[in-house]
Amino acid sequence: MERYYQPEIETASYEQIKAWQNERLVKQVRHVWNDMPYYRKKMEAKGLTPDDIKSVDDLHKLPFLTKDDLREAYPYGLLAKPLNECVRIQSTSGTTGKRVVAFYTQHDIDLWEECCARAIMAAGGTNEDVCQVSYGYGLFTGGPGLNGGSHKVGCLTIPTSSGNTERQIMFIMDLSATILCCTPSYAAYIGETMKEMGLTPDQIPLKAGIFGAEAWSEEMRQDIQNTLGIKAYDIYGLTELSGPGVSFECSEQTGMHINEDHFIAEIIDPDTGEVLPEGSIGELVFTSITKEAFPLLRYRTRDICKLTREKCSCGRTHVKMCKPMGRSDDMLIIRGVNVFPSQIETVLLNNGYPANYQIIVDRVKNTDTLDVQVEMTPEMFTDNIGEIEQRQNKLVNDLRSMLGLTAKVTLVAPKSIVRSEGKAVRVIDKRKI
Amino acid sequence: MIINQLSIFVENKPGAMCGMTKVLADNGVDMRALSLAETKDFGIVRIIVDDVYKATTILKDAGYVHSLTPVLGVEIPDTPGGLNKVLEVISNSGNNVEYMYAFLGGKGSDKAYMIFRVQDAAAAALALSGHGIKTLEQEELSKP
Repeated sequence: MERYYQPEIETASYEQIKAWQNERLVKQVRHVWNDMPYYRKKMEAKGLTPDDIKSVDDLHKLPFLTKDDLREAYPYGLLAKPLNECVRIQSTSGTTGKRVVAFYTQHDIDLWEECCARAIMAAGGTNEDVCQVSYGYGLFTGGPGLNGGSHKVGCLTIPTSSGNTERQIMFIMDLSATILCCTPSYAAYIGETMKEMGLTPDQIPLKAGIFGAEAWSEEMRQDIQNTLGIKAYDIYGLTELSGPGVSFECSEQTGMHINEDHFIAEIIDPDTGEVLPEGSIGELVFTSITKEAFPLLRYRTRDICKLTREKCSCGRTHVKMCKPMGRSDDMLIIRGVNVFPSQIETVLLNNGYPANYQIIVDRVKNTDTLDVQVEMTPEMFTDNIGEIEQRQNKLVNDLRSMLGLTAKVTLVAPKSIVRSEGKAVRVIDKRKI
Repeated sequence: MIINQLSIFVENKPGAMCGMTKVLADNGVDMRALSLAETKDFGIVRIIVDDVYKATTILKDAGYVHSLTPVLGVEIPDTPGGLNKVLEVISNSGNNVEYMYAFLGGKGSDKAYMIFRVQDAAAAALALSGHGIKTLEQEELSKP
């Protein structure tokens, strides 16, 4: 039986969702106009006033916000509430070198945690569950978000944070944790370690996992599900919008329901900025319609994605987004070809290689080189060099047909690629451009 | 008749081989034969040791990917044509030699030995013994 945290919202009619969005957008635009001079200037530059935005149909008129705006407005430029009404900041990991600080009022925290609670219940969680949150706690939103959601559902929450894998496993086993929340790469590592300890899926008490904060492929999902004996659910979010829980997967596992009562999603052409019809592939843009302290309008996520309103078997009516197909942030341009690490991961896992890999890009004599390093596993090893090389060649061929360029595949010793306890470092770009 | 060779994956980079031999040395494993097959990026170290069980256990603990390969250890008469006779027998049994390398033999032995990796080790061992050529037993490799 499907469980919902807020059934009246999560299964509301399309008309009802639209009505909420219209009303909240109009109110939010007025709030931003009054309290965020940075955005007001952008609106004025386009000759807009709040009166021009009467419903979601007018959303396309509003200017975009980008990561560059966040950097320019750092730290208080996008703050829309007096600091004495704010209770928390969170900040992005800064892996791309651009630190973002987001502010929250208590109202904002409550809504964010509700979104996470919806995700936990969609993964089958109830107050009978023991939920281990192995996302990092601190400035990173993963730990605090899922922690709050777990409290709201009433799960017994184990706030292990990330790291110390042996202790993670000890808590899972000793306290019979049933839900694990962390990054997919850390889930894979925990699974790998448990397997090495001789623990089989039927001995592991976990039944579900909620994994997000980085790109992962369908093949990696299968891998994690098999090793841990769980159902693995995707969760999506950005610090700029609140954190995890902007959208989440349900039992159908065919996309993530966007919490449309809080966020309006659009797909745009990344080059022209034009809004594309439903079902098109393009850049995902979000408008936050309920946040008070840090209400971003038309924020460009850089995630390449697709939306669908097809009826979902879980009963939820909110629009679904696919797994982001790539991010213009981590998109590599190698010899002029766009390459997403997720494409390389798919080929590796299809060929039976582990999800531990590293992509090294360099420039030798003015030509880009792509080296994919994969760890040798006992399953892949044989005494026959010819066989190993044959498999290596197959991988090179498969990568070529997927990416349209030739990569070098290097087999490296087991455990030689550093394991991540948070976001995995998949790409090392040594090019000096 | 058939002995177990350890095949170990090592990266082709400085210190990789040394790291592996140190694990064996620290645990008192005696190597009786060694051969290395290398590519540009990695190699397979093939070794015959006195204690296969101990060696596989410590290598596994140290995180080395390895496998066991059945091979033949053959005593080669130290006379002209000694090796040729052995190869003739193997070849007449319809077996293909994938690789071979020299071997120290037993402790204090003055005989010459070679390790053969063939397609069908059991058939080759049978053919050799039919021609009075001795193949080593696993027990003969353990320290006395």
